[in-house]
This record gives sequence, structure tokens and C-alpha cells, in this order.
Amino acid sequence: MSQRPTERTPSDRSRPGVSVELTDLTRTYGQVNALDGLTLRLEPGELVALLGPSGCGKTTALRILAGLDEATSGTVAVDGQDLTSVPANKRDMGMVFQAYSLFPHLTVLDNVAFGLKLRGDDRTNRHLRAAEMLELVGLSEHSEKYASQLSGGQQQRVALARALAIRPRVLLLDEPLSALDAKVRVQLREEIRRVQLEVGTTTLFVTHDQEEALAVADRVGVMSHGRLEQIAAPAELYAHPATPFVAEFVGLNNKVPAVVSAGKAEVLGVQVPTLVGSVEDAGLAMVRPESLSVRADSEGTASITSVAFLGPISRVHCTLADQTPVIAQLTSSQARDLAPGQRVSLEVEPAPVLVVPAATMGA
Amino acid sequence: MTRRTRALRVVLLVLFGIFFLLPIYASALFSLRRPGGGHSMAAWTAIVSDDQLYPAVLVSLGLAFVSVVLMLLLLVPTMIWVRLRAPWARRLVEFLCLLPLTIPALVIVVGLKGVYAWVTYFLGFIGLGESALALTFIYVVLTLPYAYRALDTSLSAIDLQTLAEAARSLGAGWTATITRVVVPNIWSGMLSASFIAIAVVLGEYTIASLMGYQNLQVVIVLLGKTDGPTSVAASLATILLGFVLLLVLSLATRGRRRHVVGGAVR
Ligand SMILES: Nc1ncnc2c1ncn2[C@@H]1O[C@H](COP(=O)(O)OP(=O)(O)OP(=O)(O)O)[C@@H](O)[C@H]1O
Ligand SMILES: [Mg+2]
Repeated sequence: MSQRPTERTPSDRSRPGVSVELTDLTRTYGQVNALDGLTLRLEPGELVALLGPSGCGKTTALRILAGLDEATSGTVAVDGQDLTSVPANKRDMGMVFQAYSLFPHLTVLDNVAFGLKLRGDDRTNRHLRAAEMLELVGLSEHSEKYASQLSGGQQQRVALARALAIRPRVLLLDEPLSALDAKVRVQLREEIRRVQLEVGTTTLFVTHDQEEALAVADRVGVMSHGRLEQIAAPAELYAHPATPFVAEFVGLNNKVPAVVSAGKAEVLGVQVPTLVGSVEDAGLAMVRPESLSVRADSEGTASITSVAFLGPISRVHCTLADQTPVIAQLTSSQARDLAPGQRVSLEVEPAPVLVVPAATMGA
Repeated sequence: MTRRTRALRVVLLVLFGIFFLLPIYASALFSLRRPGGGHSMAAWTAIVSDDQLYPAVLVSLGLAFVSVVLMLLLLVPTMIWVRLRAPWARRLVEFLCLLPLTIPALVIVVGLKGVYAWVTYFLGFIGLGESALALTFIYVVLTLPYAYRALDTSLSAIDLQTLAEAARSLGAGWTATITRVVVPNIWSGMLSASFIAIAVVLGEYTIASLMGYQNLQVVIVLLGKTDGPTSVAASLATILLGFVLLLVLSLATRGRRRHVVGGAVR
């Protein structure tokens, strides 16, 4: 790429990332609209997580950005430059795949140096750079091994080092952790974030795990049916979901009958502010389990069906007078005296809620 | 029980050994016999000195080499491309590659006679108009079924799509992707495809003879009528070459497996 300096010192990590713009992308496979007007902008140096249920088009979006697939319509631009007709191998994007993708015939070091070799770096330089990248992901002592001798987590770290070794303009991660077990996933996602902050590369991280997305990203984009539903900082997304889909998909939610008037919803007898996009009359309020408190009350209209102890917290499953099931999340000490069958009264903390039409959400 | 199966195994091994080795042993004796009595290497030296046999040996080796190169150049990129870009065509390509197995040599010859008038005409421009090397085009087709199987197996053993996409995202064009990533990982499949193809070409008689070309097998049959020991020596040499190739193949693939799994050796 013309504006890339040909020689950059290894310490030059503070290079600000570049912006990425996907504009009105569509991709159809026969009858299926994998992407249906996806528009997404990544700010320089930012890590955006793309979150959505299986089949919503996350991988398709990433592959189109990488040049591995072609959009039916729409454009891809990086740093303001249209890439639509640039082939994958000229796009300068590092990619980590969901499937293990290390080259089996090369050592770890040669894997990491592969992209540099193609760029014509001499042996000394590329091995220096590869060793540096392996150190970044903490695998220096494994550099002479082959992929088959590494654990899944180690292989994905090498893949990350390999993707970063070429000093990519954009880093693309397609569910890099989904084949790993829970503990390694948490460890590695933190490592990915640390490395990303260190190198400052604009990054698109695809996942269907909301916890993963909320934990690592600057902003999280929620996708559904090939479009972006909402993109916002994790806390914002959690507190202020813009659509029923987002409210439903991110975090656990209760759907409690509510009546809205003048921007306030009455939920379980409490007046609660409503979020933009709420209905104007009766509907279902999306209430977080941690916004509910449970009080033992022999006059109460709700009753406990079960209590699940989860260590520091407990989830109390209740039924309201109208048989609506709700879940409240309490600290385990608050929940200590609660037992199934007990009559209780529920209270809602006055945080803003999204009220959705009863018909769209079902039970 | 185990004793009996072991005994059975030994008996079977011996029987098969006799079945396969006795004819070879007998041919070897025959090829070393001097007409008057006693032993002689004359039949074996004739392979490289006989002015009818030696050119045929060269022709067959040349045919084997050219056919293998053409076959690999044709098949490897095609199969990779079909898997990556045109998966819908996979059954079709497989069908086309296996087709030669089902067509009798005679039919192939009858069908290709007309085409070959043109082939020899065009080869004439590069001075190969009369050369038996023209057979290579038929031989490439003949080797396709075996080569396809071998390559298909080794391509199935790797995650071709992910490896190719990883290579491309790292900056490899299609040529680099194939030569630097795919080929090193299907090396053993290419090797076995080549060796099987060599064996097929060196052993081919029917088509060469019907088309009127003098390859090794045609000359061996001709010689058999006048000089028995030499023709037998040449046949044996072909068998031995095939045997050595298979040995090399199994050693090479075993070494490769150790290299990938054990990893210590580079
Ligand atoms: N090569 C293809 N041919 C036909 N349909 C495809 C192809 N690739 C994807 N699709 C379809 O496009 C839609 C989106 O697929 P995509 O792989 O982008 O989903 P995803 O969000 O990555 O899902 P997951 O979380 O399961 O990976 C799906 O309905 C899928 O069936
Ligand atoms: Mg996917």
C-alpha cells in the first residue's frame, strides 16, 4: 500500500489505527440474504465486537472486509480508500480464523514469519519480527514446534501473532475462541485485548458470546438478519438497548407487563422511566434480573418457584399473580432466607426500561 | 487360538511369497542363463546396449516423466480450484477423471486415432512428429483415475479452505498459496500419484501397440519372439523399478508423518 512506510522500527507500535467503513453491504446466496444493508464504521484504533446469533451474517461481513468474499452490493473502505476491487492478498489485513489455521508443514516461527517472507523481508529481519510477536503472545519457547504439538489455545495465539506480524492495517478475528474451553477463552480474550491495545490496530472481533463481546470491546455492534441493530459502548448497550432484539439478546431479561403513560411505565406498581423506542400504551417491560428485589411478604402477590445458588449470587425464580415467570438476581446473603413456595413481593429499581409491544415478544 | 492364527499367518505368507516370488525367481534365472550353459549378464547389459531395446527404455522413461509432470500440472491446480471456488463441479470432475477406467483401451484408440493425426501434425512443428512421446497425451488421461484418488485423499486430509484463506490474508497470491502452502501439505499424495502414474506408463502395452508406437512393453513383446532372456530381463527391470518406487514412497510418507507429528526432525 502506498501510504505504508516500507520500513518501520519494531518499537513503532503507537501508530494510530485506520478507520474502516462498511457501507450498505448486501450479500445474497441464492435465496438467502446473508447481509441485508449492513453499515458499520470503526474508528481508528478501536476494537469493535460484532455480536449476533448464529447465521446473522457476522462471518460474511468479516470475509467481505477481508476480500475473501464479494459483496452483492455496497462498499468497503479503509482509511477512506475504497477497497472493493482490491484482492484479499493486497488488503493488508491480519485474520484469525475460528478453525485452526496454522500451516502444518512449518514451525511456529516460520508460520509467524510467513507473511513477512512473502513481503520479501530477509531471513534475519523476519525472524526477529516473528520472535518479537511470539514474545507478545507469550510463546517464545515454542518457536521450533509444529502446530500439531500445541494446544488449541496456543495455536490460536500463534495465529494472532502471525496475523499481527505483517503489521496489518486492520485485524479481523472470527470467533477465534469458540473452539477453546471456558477457562482458556477468558484468559485468551483478555490477552487479545491487551495485545490489541498495545499495537493499536483497528480490530473487528466477531463472536456470538455476549459476555466475550461486552468484556473486550470498545463498542459492541449487535447484528440480526444481516443488519446492524445497534452499536454502542458495552455499558450503554446494556443499559439502553435500542430495539427489542438487542434488549432480548444482550443480558438476561424478564418481560413484565407494564402500562406506559407520559414517558413513564408502571411496572409492578413502580413508576419507571422508559427508553427511546418504547411503546406508548400497554406492553412488556424488559427488566434486568438485577433490577428486581425480593422481599418475604405473606401478603405478597408473587411466589417463589425455585432458588438457584450460584456462589456469590443467587437467582430467584418467581411467578407473578398473572402467572408471568420472572427471575430476580440477589446476592446470596439476601437470598439466604428465601425458599420455594414462599409468598413474596417484588420491587423494581427505577432504572429506565424498554417497553415492547406484547404481541412481538410472545411469552 | 493366537498360536493357530500365527501359524496360519506364516502359512499364508509363505504361500503368497511362493506365488509372487517364484515366477520372479524363475525369470531371473532364465534371464541369466547362457544359451550354451552356465551364466551370463548378457541379457541385462542388452537393456542399455540393444539398439532396439535401449531406445524403447528411454522412450518409456521419457513418457513416464512427461506424463507425470503434465498430469500434476493439470490435476493439482484443477482439484484445488474446484474445492475452493467451484465445489458444485466436484462430482463432475471426479466422474471425468474416473471415466478412463471404464473405457476399454481399444475404444480409446479408435476414438483417438483421428485426433492423433492432428496431434502428430502439430508436434511436427517442434520436431516430434514421429516421436512416441506423442503418446503422453493418452497416458495423462490413463493415469487420471489413479492420480485423482491419491490427490483427493491427501486434499481431504487438510482444511484446504482455511489454509488457503489464511495464506491469502497474509499476502499470498494464488500461485504462492498453491506452491507454498497447499503443495507442501499434499506432498505425499502427489508423490503417490506420480509413482502410480509411472507404474501405469511403464507397464502400458495395448495402446502403444495399437497406435503403432514402440515403447518398452511393445519392444519387450517383440524381443520375446527372438531373444527370450533379454525380454525377460527388461520385464524384471520394470518390476524392480516399480518395487523401488513403492518402497521410496512408503519411506518418504513415513518420514513425513514423523516430521509432522514428532516434529523434532526438520
Ligand atoms: N457459501 C455459502 N453458501 C450459501 N449460504 C451461505 C454461505 N455462507 C453463508 N451462507 C448463509 O448466510 C447466512 C449468514 O452466514 P454467516 O456464516 O455469515 O453467519 P454467522 O453470523 O457467521 O453465523 P455463526 O455464528 O454460526 O458463524 C447463513 O444463513 C448461511 O447459511
Ligand atoms: Mg461465523
